[in-house]
Amino acid sequence: MTMKRRSMATMAYSSSSSPFPATAPSLLLLLLSLIALSSLLPPTLAAPTGPGEGFSVAGRVKLEGMGSKGFGLPAKTANTKVILNGGQRVTFVRPDGYFAFHNVPAGTHLIEVVSLGYFFSPVRVDISARNPGKVQAALTENRRHLNELVFEPLKEEQYYEMREPFSIMSLLKSPMGMMLGFMLVVVFLMPKLMENIDPEELRRTQEEMRAQGVPSLSSLVARNT
Amino acid sequence: MAARVRLGFLALVLTLILSSSTLSSAIFEDQVGIADWHQKYIGKVKHAVFHTQNKGRKRVVVSTEENVIASLDLRTGDIFWRHVLGKNDSIDQLNISLGKYVVTLSSEGSILRAWNLPDGQMIWESNLQFSTPSKPLLHVPATIKMGRDNLILVSSGGWLHAISSIDGVIVWRKEFATESLEVKQVLQSPDGDTVSALGYVGSSKFAIYHINAKSGEVLNHRTTSFPIDFSGETAIISSDVLVALDAARSNLFLINFKAENIEYNQVHISDLVQDFSGVTELLPVKLKGIVAIKTALSIFLLRVKGVSEFEVIEKINHPAVVSDALSITEAEQAFAIVQHTESKIEITVKLDNGIINEGNRETIRADQNRGSVQNVFINNYVRTDKSHGFRALIVMEDHSLLLVQQGEIVWSREDGLASIIDLTTSELPVEKEGVSVAEVEHNLFEWLKGHWLKLKGTLLLASPDELAAIQAIRLKSSEKTKMTRDHNGFRKLIIVLTRAGKILALHTGDGRVIWSHFLSLHLSEDCKPYTALRIYQWQVPHHHAMHENPSVLVVGRCGAGFDAPGILSVVDSYSGKELKSLKLAHSITQVIPLTLMDSSEHRLHLIVDSNLHAHLYPRTPDSLNIFRREMSNTYLYSVEAGTSVIKGYSLQNRCNLEVADEYCLKMKELWSIVFPSESEKITTTSTRKMNEVVHTQAKVIGDKDVMFKYISKNMLFVATVAPNAAGEIGSATPDEASLVAYLIDAVTGRILHRVTHQGAQGPVHAVVSENWVIYHYFNLRAHRYEMSVIEIYDQSRADNKDVWKLVLGKHNLTAPITSYARPEVVVKSQSYFFTHSVKAMAVTATAKGITSKQLLIGTIGDQVLALDKRYLDPRRSANPTPAEKEEGIIPLTDSLPINPQSYVTHSLQVEGLRGIVSFPAKLESTTLVFSYGVDLFYTRLAPSRTYDSLTEDFSYALLLITIVALVAAIFATWILSEKKELRDKWR
Repeated sequence: MTMKRRSMATMAYSSSSSPFPATAPSLLLLLLSLIALSSLLPPTLAAPTGPGEGFSVAGRVKLEGMGSKGFGLPAKTANTKVILNGGQRVTFVRPDGYFAFHNVPAGTHLIEVVSLGYFFSPVRVDISARNPGKVQAALTENRRHLNELVFEPLKEEQYYEMREPFSIMSLLKSPMGMMLGFMLVVVFLMPKLMENIDPEELRRTQEEMRAQGVPSLSSLVARNT
Repeated sequence: MAARVRLGFLALVLTLILSSSTLSSAIFEDQVGIADWHQKYIGKVKHAVFHTQNKGRKRVVVSTEENVIASLDLRTGDIFWRHVLGKNDSIDQLNISLGKYVVTLSSEGSILRAWNLPDGQMIWESNLQFSTPSKPLLHVPATIKMGRDNLILVSSGGWLHAISSIDGVIVWRKEFATESLEVKQVLQSPDGDTVSALGYVGSSKFAIYHINAKSGEVLNHRTTSFPIDFSGETAIISSDVLVALDAARSNLFLINFKAENIEYNQVHISDLVQDFSGVTELLPVKLKGIVAIKTALSIFLLRVKGVSEFEVIEKINHPAVVSDALSITEAEQAFAIVQHTESKIEITVKLDNGIINEGNRETIRADQNRGSVQNVFINNYVRTDKSHGFRALIVMEDHSLLLVQQGEIVWSREDGLASIIDLTTSELPVEKEGVSVAEVEHNLFEWLKGHWLKLKGTLLLASPDELAAIQAIRLKSSEKTKMTRDHNGFRKLIIVLTRAGKILALHTGDGRVIWSHFLSLHLSEDCKPYTALRIYQWQVPHHHAMHENPSVLVVGRCGAGFDAPGILSVVDSYSGKELKSLKLAHSITQVIPLTLMDSSEHRLHLIVDSNLHAHLYPRTPDSLNIFRREMSNTYLYSVEAGTSVIKGYSLQNRCNLEVADEYCLKMKELWSIVFPSESEKITTTSTRKMNEVVHTQAKVIGDKDVMFKYISKNMLFVATVAPNAAGEIGSATPDEASLVAYLIDAVTGRILHRVTHQGAQGPVHAVVSENWVIYHYFNLRAHRYEMSVIEIYDQSRADNKDVWKLVLGKHNLTAPITSYARPEVVVKSQSYFFTHSVKAMAVTATAKGITSKQLLIGTIGDQVLALDKRYLDPRRSANPTPAEKEEGIIPLTDSLPINPQSYVTHSLQVEGLRGIVSFPAKLESTTLVFSYGVDLFYTRLAPSRTYDSLTEDFSYALLLITIVALVAAIFATWILSEKKELRDKWR
């Protein structure tokens, strides 16, 4: 999981003033391409300030290296959605993981990433109104500050209970298995131990037991028949 | 002694085997589909583009009114891929570019996206900016030119954008808003070098701009003034002629815009068409050389002859639909006309190569319950004899989708189910003696064989073939799809009402449609547009009328507007037949199902109209008599969200109408709560479900103390937010936002509890059950979602704990409960963080209310999470005492846990989730959960595990074998012990 393109700072924002002066199409073109390429620009090169309608928030969802183990869903970006402010706007990620929201007003926003099989923390994004070059982002789950708007799943989600493969060991390890083991010890090892006991003492114990009158099951069955 | 031990050993093995089959809350992957089903829909199709050139998969790409883009298999109608866009992101246009991208224009022409055709991956997204929205147009070059950038042209909001179809970069853009040009058509010259934008300046000037396709520079433009105003409807019939309709809708203008000066000719429609009356429309169908106009009675197809003449070539009577033209060769085009007669759909595909051929006419039998044809899209294929065959995709009035080929319906999709607005359930008929609906499914041998296979499966001895057989047996157990009532109450009918006004009954076993009934089809013309509102249970035969079928009541509105008269339809729950339809004289603002039943077990309903009169239904003297007795005890309330007022009413005899109507009752205002409009605005109200059962009022807590729940059916939860912060998240700062939650007694208007959350805002989702409320909202200070729980306890009963008082009869347990007594209530509450946004919330309901409750939360990811109510217990503390631990109180954490295995939808999504409904089964431990949105999902849940029944996995064969082995072992050990005893005696 190495960052492939270090130059791709993934937090970018640009103020887009609309309407553009229609008399300067070439300047306009430049501005537009800036907006279009803004996701490729480091934050310091964001489009110039001005009383625009809103800002663009661009970021990246990173699923590389996930999904290779365990749960079968492959790391596909095809069904990954990015949701702004609880459903106000929904966008999808491109094959390289990038996404962008345009015309977002200044303020504090919430971005959620939905991708089946992964758990993403929602991200709080502050767009400063006074200082349009300034955007701050933090994970709301653990308050971790994000330097770049790169979303990575906190964990993979396993929706099914794993069916334990049937094995003798798992049976033995269970409390029942342990009790069973203990029983076996009692049945087969105890007589051996008994042999080592002094026969007189054994007789005395047997006498005592008989005195208490514990009926053995075999005698019970025998009596009934 | 040894024998005793061995017996114990055997008993141990038995318990071991039994305990291994207890069910846990999560399911195993191979259990998917046993108790649940999932259905995928797309909604009513707006646009469709076929993609059939390739040898491989033939598909049709559609966009729908539910903001879904989907690629469907043309052979089966199955979904290859699908995307549900945001709720404000409705799709305006759809096309295929470069033969491999699906291009969609959405959000009033401001977002252009390209999707990969094979797998639906979004390739690029382009945001087009403008200030004033207008009708968006999308132009995708039809022919792919190698070696050059194929530009996609989008006209929206007074701008023309040219976008590269490869990477979505805006190549150039041109503003027309400054010239106040409203673009109506965008054309590209055949060589692709110039782009022409045609439109109106103001209402009577026609303008054309020629633009260099590469740079966006305006080459030239011309404007012509017309003596009349235009309606705005245009049709391009060739590369140089446009037909426009004037504002009076009585004249057609043929405008030739290729010439140096724009020339035009005016034609009166009345000259072309006899008995022409009413409003004319120019249909937006793209036909070469032909325009389609729609009058009140028919559709006329007019061919343009020369520069100034029209010729009527076809007159089609309503209801009919004309498709866009499909060009087959350079000179030949085809289009379809679909007409709807009594019970048949007639599709006529016409070939046009200067003269119209009669084409092939195909007739299909239409299902009566689909309504009329709304839209048609055609596509051609080459038959083996090199002639052209056609297939037509037809969108019906009930939102269903049909593919017709060679006079046969190849497949159909019931896509009305993507827009369910309300639902209810119905029991299935009782299995009668001798009349078994399903055959006896197993004989003993097969039964044993099935269980032997299962046993092998559990012991991992089965071969892959056998495993597949086991899975097949489990999935298609005929037991669950029977059409009769079962002992556990798992089999039911879910009766849903869709936005199109259709009712469908779904079987809970496998989700198949048992019957459907299209309501608005049978309504008279004066009742259109019909709006379906709600569905209720009308008659639930229980004791007296067992021989009758249950029925449901559908409440709808005739025509547009809130004061339009209402209409009631009663539909048989078993057959789907409409029993009666009653057009009301009054409007409907509120429908209140009462707990009362008349002698034939019809449920009584009160319908409140906009003049504050309550009308009693059914209108029978019997029901009136029953209701009169209870009238003095009946109170109503109304929530006016706009003005933030809640009012309570009582009922009085007779309204003051001109016509005496004893079923009409006057509402007298008793109380009102007016929220200060400058600081509070009602966002959400919630009440307990009417059919909820509470098992016990007392709650025994850890230290053997008893708390009494305050259980009132009249408890109303109201949440208000500050008006400044009523919008979306991100529009308000924490300082100006606040949320106030109220618990109100709806009979007296007494506020039982009020709590303010500073810095919180909506959207608020709330659920009320027993004596508690749980609500979900957004905390702006922490910038996280929060969930709060309020539990309310009755303090006046707290003294009843003294045993001596109970013995001496000095308790107040038998005192009647009345809303007028001042309640002494104690409230406990607590708040927790919750990670996700919430779309819907519900609580599980069981038959007797004994089973512990789970909260069902529909998350933003369209999954349904089951969260134990124990996590939302206000008595949780950071360090619970041993007594509290014993009671099962979980140590307090600041956020609620989300365990992926407690998603009831497991690895599925209910796209576009809108609602979750839980209804009880007969088995107390189990509840049935149905969630709907664009998709449907149904499952069975056991919040406290299935403590009252064996699981479906239970291996009877293993039990039998164990018992046999046990008996054998007993005899064996007996013989052994006998022998040993004998030996001992001889010694």
